[in-house]
Amino acid sequence: MPMISGFAHLAASVLFILALRGLSHPETAQRGLTYGVVGMILAVVTTLYLPTVGSWGLTIVGVLVGGAIGAYIARKIEMTALPQLMAAFHSLVGLAAVLVASAAFSNPEAYGIGTSGDIAIVSLVEMALGVAIGAVTFTGSLIAWGKLQGTLSGKPFTFEGQHALNAALGFVLVTLIVMFCNSESGFLFFLIIMLALLMGVLMIIPIGGADMPVIVSMLNSYSGWAAAGIGFTLHNNLLIVTGALVGASGAILSYIMCKGMNRSFLNVVLGGFGGDAASGGSGDHGDRQAKIGSAEDAAFIMKSAGKVIIVPGYGMAVAQAQHVLREMVDALKEEGVEVKYAIHPVAGRMPGHMNVLLAEANVPYDEVFELEDINRDFAQADVVYVIGANDITNPSAKSDSSSPIYGMPVLDVEKAKTVLFVKRSLGSGYAGIDNPLFYADNTLMLLDDAKKMTENIVKALED
Amino acid sequence: MSDAYYYSEDSTTIQGVDLPVTEIGTSSEIDTLADSATSLAHSAPDNFFITGLTVFILACFVGYYVVWRVTPALHSPLMGITNAISSVIIVGAIIAVGPIEGSGFSKFLGFLAVILASVNIFGGFIITRRMLHMFKKKGA
Repeated sequence: MPMISGFAHLAASVLFILALRGLSHPETAQRGLTYGVVGMILAVVTTLYLPTVGSWGLTIVGVLVGGAIGAYIARKIEMTALPQLMAAFHSLVGLAAVLVASAAFSNPEAYGIGTSGDIAIVSLVEMALGVAIGAVTFTGSLIAWGKLQGTLSGKPFTFEGQHALNAALGFVLVTLIVMFCNSESGFLFFLIIMLALLMGVLMIIPIGGADMPVIVSMLNSYSGWAAAGIGFTLHNNLLIVTGALVGASGAILSYIMCKGMNRSFLNVVLGGFGGDAASGGSGDHGDRQAKIGSAEDAAFIMKSAGKVIIVPGYGMAVAQAQHVLREMVDALKEEGVEVKYAIHPVAGRMPGHMNVLLAEANVPYDEVFELEDINRDFAQADVVYVIGANDITNPSAKSDSSSPIYGMPVLDVEKAKTVLFVKRSLGSGYAGIDNPLFYADNTLMLLDDAKKMTENIVKALED
Repeated sequence: MSDAYYYSEDSTTIQGVDLPVTEIGTSSEIDTLADSATSLAHSAPDNFFITGLTVFILACFVGYYVVWRVTPALHSPLMGITNAISSVIIVGAIIAVGPIEGSGFSKFLGFLAVILASVNIFGGFIITRRMLHMFKKKGA
């Protein structure tokens, strides 16, 4: 039996790798998902047949209860709430890691890692690390969830001596882990958990809402490292492989998001970015006035255009405007207009957020392009329709070296003949930076809620 | 690796092999030594850390190359899938719940972990399926 379950776990590891591999293209993605599900079933079933696992009753009850809850949430949730759902899911992985490590600590015999009070030191180190990462993931994800859901303010929460406090707590945590490994004291184990829980909160509160794509990816990565840590404790290669895959995946996503903002990971994690009103950047746009247009103007301009590029942002998600946007595009296509969508890597609140929302509105994925694939097309476009995005179109990222977002890759929307910019007011974006695009000669500001404005444009197009 | 689950792998007992040799007297001690020798021969427990680390590092590389090939359009489904598979931690939870005798506390913790991990597994796979179903080609 151990041979069989060993092979089964190896097979599950391979299936998980193939699952991620499938995501390289939308056409193979479904098959990838199937591999993932089969791998999971294989892992769970062979574990049930391990000789130490005598009773199945509680496990089956647990799977049914948890499965029902998970299935219900996943079916009911709105796609716009995806980022907070992911954060919530990551918190559960973190908590599960804490629970499993605690179970292993209180009953090491079941895992074959020694007897209570006499656990191998290597196992203690792994256990302590696994439980600490799990606890940080748990509370950190809860805070991220609150910020994304709007339960907590999305503004960075900073105070004097914050970094010093975090560093000191980190030092205390390491000390506790060392002491725990020498003494195997249950009290110290408890202290490690409590301190790590606190650190999870402190790490995420200084980070602003718009940096959440990095944070959600980072917590994704942490949940993987926590699983790998538990894998080391339990001497289970499947957990180690899966944890490493997930950890690597989250780390790469964080890297891509940081690059999309031209910021270092450290700069994001230290927090405090955004939320401060109008810091830096030249707020000086002379006497130039923004031109304000109406839905009818916009409809007329787009109807007579040859090529239109749509640039969606988080505002589209907030306003739930993706469906009416698709209607607008359909109406334009009937007029013979060529329409494409341009997605910036950090548009939205999680990696790939905009792609999912557009897909939800039945926009075919071959009309949707990433920044590097479409940036040259703006010069040939007649109209760019910016809906709910701001900083990712700000040309001062290219020209103004005093701007906080200087060097960030942006969509070259100003090169189009006309820019239609849907926005609720002329206020600045999350970074508190003025966008000179608002005052450019070829920009027409459409001041309204993204959904309402687009609805009005659709009406005007139909008339 | 799953033999790890039922052979004793306590490294302190194994270190005992060379330390208290002079004191060996009782048969139970000899039995213990015999046991640990068997377990040493079967699964080389002291080396699990090295084996595990090897597996871990190699898997990081595999993850690195595989994830870079994921198309940016599917980064949200990628998160959904990784979330679901990281809940393979349920394997550890099942082992905690499983023993027929043994501490009720660790069973209870394991039970809670089974529930949480199941929420994630079902939730993660189903939300990913929902997302992937939406991605369609032109004219499809």
